[in-house]
This record gives sequence, structure tokens and C-alpha cells, in this order.
Amino acid sequence: MSALFGKHGKHGKHGKHGKHERHESRLPWVSSNTTPESDELVDSGRRSALKILGLGGLVLAVGPGGVRRLDAAALTAADPWNPHVYVKIADDGIVTILCHRSEMGQGIRTTMPMIIADEMEADWSNCRVEQADGEEKYGSQNTDGSTSIRAFLPQYREAGATVRALMEDAAAKEWGVAATEVKAEQHEVVHTATGRRKSFGSLVASARTMAMPARERLRIKSPAERRWQGKAMRSIDLVPVTTGKAVYGADVILPGMKVAMVVRPPVWGSKVVSVDDSAALKVPGVEKVVRIPESPIPGAFLPLGGVAVVAKNTWAAIRGREALKVTWDAGPHATYESKAYKAELEASVAKPGAPGYRTGDVAAALASGARTVKASYYMPHLSHAQMEPVAAIANVSNGKVEAWAPTQSPFDARNTLAQYLKVEPANVTVHVTLLGGAFGRKSKPDFVCEAAFLSREVGAPVRVQWTREDDVRNSYYHSVAAHRLEASLDASGKVTGWLHRSAYPTISSVFAPNLPGPTPDELINGASDVPWDIPNMSVEVCPAVAHVRIGWFRSVNAIHHGFAIGSFVDELAQAAGKDSAEFLLQLIGRDRVVDQSKNGMVEPPKDYYGAAWTDYPLDTVRAKNVVRTVMEKSGWGTKLPRGRGRGIAVHRSFLSYVAMVVEVEVLPDGTVLVPKATVAVDAGFVANPDRAKSQMEGALIMAMSNTLHSEISFAQGRVVQSNYRDYQVARMRAAPRTVDVHILQNEGMPGGIGEPGVPPACGAIANAIFAATGVRVRELPVGRQLAGWSTRATEDGSS
Amino acid sequence: MKVSFRVNGKPASVDVAEDMPLLWILRDVLDLKGSKYGCGIGQCGACTVHVKGVATKSCQLPASKLAGADVTTIEGLSPDGSHALQKAWEEHDVPQCGYCQAGQIMAAAALLAKKPKPTDSDIDTAMNGNLCRCGTYLRIKAAIRSASGTTTTDAPSGGRSGQREEAHA
Ligand code: FES
Ligand code: FES
Repeated sequence: MSALFGKHGKHGKHGKHGKHERHESRLPWVSSNTTPESDELVDSGRRSALKILGLGGLVLAVGPGGVRRLDAAALTAADPWNPHVYVKIADDGIVTILCHRSEMGQGIRTTMPMIIADEMEADWSNCRVEQADGEEKYGSQNTDGSTSIRAFLPQYREAGATVRALMEDAAAKEWGVAATEVKAEQHEVVHTATGRRKSFGSLVASARTMAMPARERLRIKSPAERRWQGKAMRSIDLVPVTTGKAVYGADVILPGMKVAMVVRPPVWGSKVVSVDDSAALKVPGVEKVVRIPESPIPGAFLPLGGVAVVAKNTWAAIRGREALKVTWDAGPHATYESKAYKAELEASVAKPGAPGYRTGDVAAALASGARTVKASYYMPHLSHAQMEPVAAIANVSNGKVEAWAPTQSPFDARNTLAQYLKVEPANVTVHVTLLGGAFGRKSKPDFVCEAAFLSREVGAPVRVQWTREDDVRNSYYHSVAAHRLEASLDASGKVTGWLHRSAYPTISSVFAPNLPGPTPDELINGASDVPWDIPNMSVEVCPAVAHVRIGWFRSVNAIHHGFAIGSFVDELAQAAGKDSAEFLLQLIGRDRVVDQSKNGMVEPPKDYYGAAWTDYPLDTVRAKNVVRTVMEKSGWGTKLPRGRGRGIAVHRSFLSYVAMVVEVEVLPDGTVLVPKATVAVDAGFVANPDRAKSQMEGALIMAMSNTLHSEISFAQGRVVQSNYRDYQVARMRAAPRTVDVHILQNEGMPGGIGEPGVPPACGAIANAIFAATGVRVRELPVGRQLAGWSTRATEDGSS
Repeated sequence: MKVSFRVNGKPASVDVAEDMPLLWILRDVLDLKGSKYGCGIGQCGACTVHVKGVATKSCQLPASKLAGADVTTIEGLSPDGSHALQKAWEEHDVPQCGYCQAGQIMAAAALLAKKPKPTDSDIDTAMNGNLCRCGTYLRIKAAIRSASGTTTTDAPSGGRSGQREEAHA
């Protein structure tokens, strides 16, 4: 087998027929067909794509500049070409596709091979997926930014179309007929005139020596020819998941492996003063206590440091750590208090900031409006709280590092390990397991470094296991944020001026010390690229210093931008006396396609979701379409009794347009229920609509947590919450009864799917609460704020 | 301490600390990794197994209470993934990341064993202790409906919120 986990291959400890044989079947990505590996391949620390795919067969790779046929020699480190996509057809016809992105629930391990297999006319039951290691050969593997399909769809299609062409050419040659007379069909090539057939497998040998089809000759399938793209395809990992065999980070076992738990700094940057390990070492099963040096802050992806208890098993490590006595110095951020910081952020947005987007003269507009509206919003830190707390396994021996981790970015993990342990990246191998949820947390490989450091220290393989408490208290947190919005309306209720100030500690603060705050170009993440037709606008960032590690969280700053903007637009609609949805359409205004980097952006943003404005200009027709769709499908405008209400919001992030109508019921005790939501998304071409749908369902439920329940707060620099008991997320009982998702399928450039559902949901929920109760929630989470709402006077006097 | 019990129909004997929870016995000692760790305090349900057919959070059941117990884990729910719920999970493509799903299926299986035709409130009650951060709740419910051959009994206004799950063994 081509084991993802070399130690568990047939040369592994337990042997193929040993009592632990089921390990093999537990690896969902291990295909049964691969050709035998030589010992050299098994033992090699750094396995190239070809090593994973096995020898023999026909291997094609696609990268910048097109497709090449590969043999082992073509993949040396000296070759600067970095293909992202590898496809192999073995002599028996089995197709193996190497997945270069991480699977965390978004479905890439299904959608990517599905696109390739569709284009090549493969039979899906003959297709397998292998998971790629971290390797510069794949280019960036960082599975974030809702990027996988939108960045790679053309390459996936080209890979498949090339295989199809090669198979057709090979068959035509063997039959001595023109290539135009044959057609690939479900793992065979058919000679149309005679009905003769040849299987893909039987054509591999000749395809290996055929001239590669010229790029101009490749025919990407037309929509009518597609079998699976744009339709539904179930997850390839379904059965391993439902039978408990899927392998996540903590499920990897190495012979002789130890388990470690780490006491980490309670305050960002605090240092160990003393350690008393006498009681810890007495706990049965505890073997060693190891200091991990504190990394200088901000520390980027490096581990926080602390004191590790290394034990025989997880429970001994847990008990040992409880018995460990560590004292810490106060640390530079011991005065971090969420209450005071909120006031600081609010003071920050009270003053002019650095504009990222500017049109007209907003000061003049605000001064001359028939009516002005001002509002402030606040959203606390959040923690990803993905169900799988981070865990990593590492084995360091003879200067070589081998790690297994649920990482979103195996390439970053590899480089960070190399930097941290001072070894060459070539001596570091990172294997990617399934990710038990990630949401941005697992882009940061600090936990992988911990495992490798400890493995080196104890001279054995080590699994570092984070507990939920570790996850809640020592994570990288979503930015806390304050917003100030002001707008002017003319006598007809049209918006003439829009001032938006946003203050939040920036993610960049983990990479560079003492940053004063975010930069204006960060506003592109859902604030400066709003689709409004307003002549005078200023969108600004204001200073905010970080006192804790800040990190990507699903939708990133678009979450708080979406909440603030979505809420404020609704407040403007009330001020104008208009229907919220109609007002939204009016605010988007004229049909237009705009390259905002040339129209309003103070400086073109350095990073536009990794894409080009020319490919993804703002298109207001698409924004209005999603709004109209949710209006129509949700029953917008029909009456609901007091205590129930609908809210609407639209937001564009990660190059996709999403509108939502959320219906809430607010009980007299302030409990918010979400019986129903209607979602419309225009993400260009959507390859796997059912997975896109499930991402929208999940985004809504995550937004419910963000809006209604979740908060990370700090007191004396320490996280107040500890586990799901006090860091609350949405449960079954609170789940909506219906989430009606409409994908506006089209042939446009694909946009993101994993993230853009969250931001409009936050605003729509807040707006629905207002519609239901007359209470405007401007600080999240809603929590108990609405208790007794029905006896309160409403802000606008209405009820 | 030495303790003997049954797992998935087979006898198991382990020698572990008496406070070691069943979850870690399964994962670290018996090498059954289908049951997952999510919180360790009975709040998430990722570790759900059956003890005498009752859905039980294995992180809350110490070795000292295990003698003679009859434990079923996801690995033992059906020999080949053919339990009606596993099939329904496939039909609805329920999982996203999948990490919580073994626990979800075990909780749902215990519910259906007791109540073959559950109401919405039965489902809410039985499943409220099983978190899914990916937010697959709607599909979980739909799959339970399929497997039990039932449809919603719900009032149009939807469910009731209840955020905290009381820890229980
Ligand atoms: S791990 Fe047992 S309930 Fe969370
Ligand atoms: S599917 Fe990811 S936590 Fe439930």
C-alpha cells in the first residue's frame, strides 16, 4: 500500500495480518491498487507525489503553463515547475488523484477529483484519492480564503481533458482511425462507427508514448456534456466517517508513541518563573516533564512555549499536567481587560481613521443631509472551537522530522518546523490527516512544532494533544471589533453620505511586533468593497493594538463588517421609513460592473482574495439578484405576529454574493429561536452544489453562534471562558427547522463558498430580532440582552 | 486497576488508573479510535457510545464503574456500516468534517432503539448534547427522520433554545 502513514504500511509494526490489520482500512485515502513500493520509497522521509502515487502507469501533472507527463526523473527538486494537480491511471485502469488541499468539511477531497474525473470521462467507481504531503512542489496548499475551487478549477478541468484526449488519441492510433472518430465514455474509448471499445487501462501503455495533446486541441466539456460538475456528488469519505474509520489528527499511532500535554502561558508573552514537577512525576504513566522555551511574541506560527508533561497515554498526561505546578510572571499583556478594551476601541472609532475607500466629500454630505443616522457596533473575540482540538504527531530522529497533523497548510507547517528546529525543509515531511473542523485555527502550525520539539527532546514519537480548555484559552482569536457608522439621507430617503470606521486588532500583529492597528487595504475584506451606490463615502480603519494572538476565523473580518454594515443598512431603512429589502435594492442602485480598485480604493489592495479585479469586478446585478431571490422565496413582506420577525442582509466576500432572510422568534425570556432561513448565493459556477448548500447551512449555524451565543473575553490578560460550558455554540435544539438555500448557478468565474455565508447571516439575525422586538442589538453576542423585551419601550417607539 | 467488560460483543480486560475515562481506554488502550474527544466534560457528545444500549458520554465514565459493562462503539454499531442510520447518513450526505458524526450516530441509534418513531422534541432532547460545529443539525435530523420513516411533528415556530448541556455520565 502507499501508506500515508509509512509506519502503518505493510512494513509497519503490526504486519499485514496482525491484530491491528484494520488500521489499513481505516485510511480513507489509501487506495488498494497501488503498485508495490521499493524499500527506498517507504523509508524516504520526503516523499514526492510520485512516491505517493506509486510506480508505473501514466502520470500527468498540471501546473502553470499546462500539463506534462511525468516520470520519476521529472520531479526532482531542481525542476522549478510546481504542478498542483497529479493524476495517475494505473495499468489496471484505476485512477488516482492527489488531493493537494486539506479536507475540513468543505468537501474538496470529493469535489476536486469529481471535476477531474468528469472531464476525463472516468468511471467514478474506478477513482481513488490520495492526500498530498506538505511540499513546495504543490505551490501554496494553504486551504483558506475559500480558495480551492476558485483558484484551481481551470487546472482541474485541464488535467481531466488532457487525460481524455490522450486516451482518445491512443485508441485511435491502435485502431488506425482518426481521433475524431473516437470518443471517451466512462473509462472506455469507443469507436463511434463500429462500436469497438478499449478500456482506459488497456490504453495506458500506448498513452505513455503518445505525443501530448496540444493545449489548443483540448476540449473542456460544455455544460451539457458534464456528468457531475454542477450536480451533486456525495462525499468520498462518507463511509469511513459513518463507521468511525476516518483518520483525524489524534488518531494516528506510531510505535512507542508518547502523549504530551502542555501548560502554556496564561497571558500572551508571560514566562515561566518556576516549575515544581514533583507531584506530576509521581502520577502513574508520567515519564518526563519538559520545558518548551517561550517563543518571543508575537511569534507568528511558533509555539507559545511552556511546560510539557510527557506520558504513556492521554489520561496520564492529563492527570500529570493537573499535578504540575507552574508559576508565571505577569507578562506584558496582563492588563488586558475586555471591558476596558471595548471602551478603547470605541474611542478609536470616534476619531477619523485611515481611509481605504473614498468617494466624493463625505463630511459635506453628512453636514448637509436632511437626516443623519449614527450607530456603533461591537463584536467580541471568538474562538473557532472546531470539534477536534488541535493535535499533532511527530517523530524526530537522525535530523529528520516526520509529522502527521490536521493542518490547513502543510507547507507552512513544514517551513515552520524547519525554522523552529533549525533543519532543512528537505528533511521535514508533513502528512495531512482529515481535519475535524478547522475554520482557520489549523492554518497555524504551532501545535505541530510542539510535537516535533518534544519528540526531539524525549527521543520518541510524540502526540501533542490539546484539550478543549487549551483550545479555548491558548488559541489564535478572531478579532474583537468596534464600528462607527454615520450616514446622511436626503429628503426622499436616499443615502447621500456613508462614513464607516472599523477598529480591530489585525492578524498582521502576530507577524510583526507593536503594530498600531490594521491597514486600510484590509478593509477589502467586506467593508470597502460594499456594493452601495452612494456618491460620498469614506471607509476607514482606526488603531487597535493586539494583546493576544489574532488569527483567521471563517470569513475573517467580514464577520464583524457584515454584522455592522448589515445592521446599519437596516437602521437606515427604518430612518427612511422604507421596507428593509426595497431599501437594500435601492442602496445597491444602478446596474453596473465596477473595478473598485480604480474607483474609490485609496490604494489598490495588495491582496484581493488572491484574485484579479479584472476577473472579479463588483457586479451590482448579481448583488440585486440574490436579494430578490431571498425576498421572493422567503415570503418577505407577509405579516408575522409580534415576537416574530424577518431580517434581511446582503454581503459580498470571498468574491461571492450572498443574501439571507432569517426569521426569528423571540420568547418573552429573551431566547432567540431561528425557525427558518432563506439563502441565495451567486458564486459563479458551483462545482458541487450540494456541498455548497451544506456550507451555507453550516455558515448560518456558525453565524447563529457568533451572533447569539459566543464570546471570548479577557480579564487580567487571561481568557475567561474554558470549555463549551461557557463558550457556547449553537446546539440541535436551537437549530433552524428549515434552511432553504438557492444557488444561482451560472458559468461565471467561481467565487468562494466556505466563508461568504457567515457575514450576511450575522446582520440578518440582528435585523430579524429588531423586526420581532423593536430592540436593536448593537453589541454581540445577544446572550441574555433581550430578557423581558416585551415589557420594554422600543427605541423607535413602535412595537 | 484491572477491569473486565465487553466492547462490541467481545470481552475486554484492561489494567488502567481507576479514574481513567472509558473514552481514553477505548482510544489509547483498546485502539478503537472511532469515539472522539471534544471536551472531556460531557458537553459535546463526540465521545458517545452505548452502555447497555444507553447513549453514554464515554469521557464521563471512569474505569472504576466499568466492570461488567456492555459497551458498543461506532465500530460495533453494525459489522459493515449497514445500520439504518448509517445508510440514512449517507443518503443525506450528513457529515461535513465528520468529527462529531460517530457520536451523533450513536446518540441517534440509542434514541431509535428506545423510540422507533421519535417526535421532534424527542430528537431535540436526545441530540442536544451532541455538538456539531460544522452545523450539520438539519441533515442529522433529516437522516433520523429517514431512518425512522417519520416526518416532522414540529410546530411551525421551530425549536427551543437550550445552550448548556448538563454533564452526565
Ligand atoms: S468528549 Fe465527552 S462529551 Fe465531549
Ligand atoms: S461535521 Fe464537523 S463537527 Fe460535525
